Amino acid sequence: MPGHHIIVGGGLAGLTAAMKLAEQGEQIDLFSIVPVKRSHSVCAQGGINGAVNTKGEGDSPMIHFDDSIYGGDFLAHQPPVKAMCEAAPAIIYLFDRMGVMFNRTPEGLLDFRRFGGTKHHRTAFAGATTGQQLMYALDEQVRRYEAAGQVRKFEGWEMLSIVQDESGNCRGIVAIDTRSLEMRAFPADTTLIATGGPGLVFGRSTQSLVNTGSAVSACYQAGSTYANGEMVQVHPTAMQGEDKNRLISESIRGEGGRVWTYRDGKPWYFLEDMYPAYGNLVPRDIATRAIHKVVFEMKLGVDGNPLVYLDVSHLDPEELNRKVAGVLEIYEKFAGQDPRKVPMKIFPAMHYSMGGLWVDYQQQTNVPGLFAAGECDFQYHGANRLGANSLLSCIHAGNICEPAMIGYAKSHTSAASSQIYDQELKLQRESFDKIFKMSGPENAFAVWRELGEVMTENVTVVRYNDKLKATDAKLLELKDRWGRIGLNDRGKWANQEVLFVRQLWNMLELARPITLGALNRNESRGAHYKPEFPERDDEKFMKTTMAAWSSDGPRFSWEPVDASLIKPRPRRYDIEKTTSQPSAVA
Amino acid sequence: MPEQTQVLRIKRQDSPNSEPYYQEFEVPYLPHHNIVSMLMEIRRNPVTRQGKRVAPVVFNANCLEEVCGACTMVINGRVRQACSQLANGLHGPATIEPMSKFPVVRDLWVDRSRMFDYLKKARAWIPIDGTYDLGPGPRIAPAVQEFGYLFSRCMTCGCCLEACPQINSHSKFMGAAVIGQVYLMSQHPTGKMNHDERLAAMMGEGGVSDCGNAQNCVEVCPKDIPLTTAIAAVGRQTSIKWLRDLFMK
Repeated sequence: MPGHHIIVGGGLAGLTAAMKLAEQGEQIDLFSIVPVKRSHSVCAQGGINGAVNTKGEGDSPMIHFDDSIYGGDFLAHQPPVKAMCEAAPAIIYLFDRMGVMFNRTPEGLLDFRRFGGTKHHRTAFAGATTGQQLMYALDEQVRRYEAAGQVRKFEGWEMLSIVQDESGNCRGIVAIDTRSLEMRAFPADTTLIATGGPGLVFGRSTQSLVNTGSAVSACYQAGSTYANGEMVQVHPTAMQGEDKNRLISESIRGEGGRVWTYRDGKPWYFLEDMYPAYGNLVPRDIATRAIHKVVFEMKLGVDGNPLVYLDVSHLDPEELNRKVAGVLEIYEKFAGQDPRKVPMKIFPAMHYSMGGLWVDYQQQTNVPGLFAAGECDFQYHGANRLGANSLLSCIHAGNICEPAMIGYAKSHTSAASSQIYDQELKLQRESFDKIFKMSGPENAFAVWRELGEVMTENVTVVRYNDKLKATDAKLLELKDRWGRIGLNDRGKWANQEVLFVRQLWNMLELARPITLGALNRNESRGAHYKPEFPERDDEKFMKTTMAAWSSDGPRFSWEPVDASLIKPRPRRYDIEKTTSQPSAVA
Repeated sequence: MPEQTQVLRIKRQDSPNSEPYYQEFEVPYLPHHNIVSMLMEIRRNPVTRQGKRVAPVVFNANCLEEVCGACTMVINGRVRQACSQLANGLHGPATIEPMSKFPVVRDLWVDRSRMFDYLKKARAWIPIDGTYDLGPGPRIAPAVQEFGYLFSRCMTCGCCLEACPQINSHSKFMGAAVIGQVYLMSQHPTGKMNHDERLAAMMGEGGVSDCGNAQNCVEVCPKDIPLTTAIAAVGRQTSIKWLRDLFMK
């Protein structure tokens, strides 16, 4: 008998898992707030990494592996990262076969470009909308299985909680139809969370509006460990907006874009100056800190504003149109200026969470039967993700879920009692009834804005312990004020405000392990930078931060990092990377 | 100096079967505001120009950078994504309405699921043998890739359906988007192999012959997809298939 699986989230990770499971004859219920084709993965621009080595550079999955571990500042467990880099070329080939319109060389082969933190042309790309293109190919494959009756889509449904049996195993979910507000329990043999990142916890980020982290937070509150929450990537180049910060892809620098500002009346290409070995293609955490320094310490922002230039005006416009038109169009539409002629004005913005639900090497969380894949897992990027590794990790994690989920379903065949579903459903109904009665003076969207402001101010690029403590106090204050929210909409049909109030609570819960995880980590590593502790401290902190939810706040423990393959060494980008020990990567 | 403001006149509808009505809101004017960021302002303070506190306007939006297609609406009579309509391009009060060719869920949120059903009907996918490692895909000339890429950026946003005069309450026409996808599949060496299946769908009810050649689709497409090229080509291909089927029987 085929297994029955729930997938929450229809981005790259969720759709990959759906395709793989369906191919094995399994039954899948796929839940997504938006029609899956509109998932946040479509925002990924630059490309997907895989050491296919078509440029005669001697690239290999082992070098990709070393770049990724080094780029992540030795915080990622090494064996799963190695497996991901080894799987990468075949993943790119598969998507090529699925019809993705990847850019080509004159010979008709896949073209590759450079990205940050590497010296190799390793990034396959489809214009500058690679995420969208990979998504659409997957969407088509999953639609094929939907037409065949193996995948049931629940689009416009939001997961509220997982259902656990007496032993704590995950037995399905409770979800709500965002139109009728009907709540239902859905039993399943396994459940996969593939809901992406928590961008909205930081208010304005480069992420989409569905990226509240709410589903992940619900799992965390149900006993799933949240790992390395403090590792938050701030992308160096984004347009600042009223509603969100729009990503200007790293591929712009991969194709020759330069970052600069005026110093003494002359353009100063400060990344090239500070990091001669990698120049504009230093990893994101490095570039972001450099921009911060130039703007805030040296007061050299453009026209005194927190902005610097990202410049492609010296490059061939036709070549740009072939390779990065999608990104340039976004800038043109939202800034009203043609970046082919005028340098773009950019500033760093919260972009990605390296942290997420703790998973084992088969993507299973510490809650049996509950899996996680994609940005919502913590596994592949350590303390800093390299550009174009996220599409890869989403697809790879989605791939390796499949045998693990089928294996779990086969070995756990006892039926769950119907009581556990009724209980969870009752709990969720009660919590919504309470929200419907809220009539205080606070506005949920205004509270959310304050959350975003304090998190962006204190828990992104530069972190100080006193400010982190103050942030946690602010989070407690916001949680208190959450209870005094008043609803403007008490309608029982398509009530987005009620749904948001619940998401906001989950954001507040998730903000705490992120903030306190940063407070606890008294060192600087990757994206986590504390001026009070400027050095990496492997002895004390080459460890995964593990946060377990309790009603008194997160409880922390630390898990040693598996660094069995590449010996940790200092991470520098001003000089050439020393090659890793041959014995370690043999 | 009084603070500059932007007036939004929004068509609202409480549920799929209730009567629509208009409400006016006034939000602070910022040049880089867009329609979605202004709707977000309204959420923070859902009070009409007349001072009445109302339920916040319900709308769909996700990526906010015009790649997901979620926030498609009719703004001053023209269908487009709300996120990329900047305040400084409005020049006066703006009327915001839901798309009219799809059932309203609530306010500006419409149900476009039938567009995904069309993709199913057209079998718009590459039928690969399996996801296991079969090595690289077919070689594709850069010119073919560049041409295909034009069509592969379709977000299924529905602008082309909204603008099409052939799509109305008594027509089954599927519209330009799905025809563009059928054409895209025929550009790919593997997709080409079973192009006949997709053409068969395009010859059935609501297929390519229902196009009235108004060419509005190509005018409103936010991604400038050459939809009329696809319609002409698929139309030709279906005629050839019709003749071939006639003689091969």
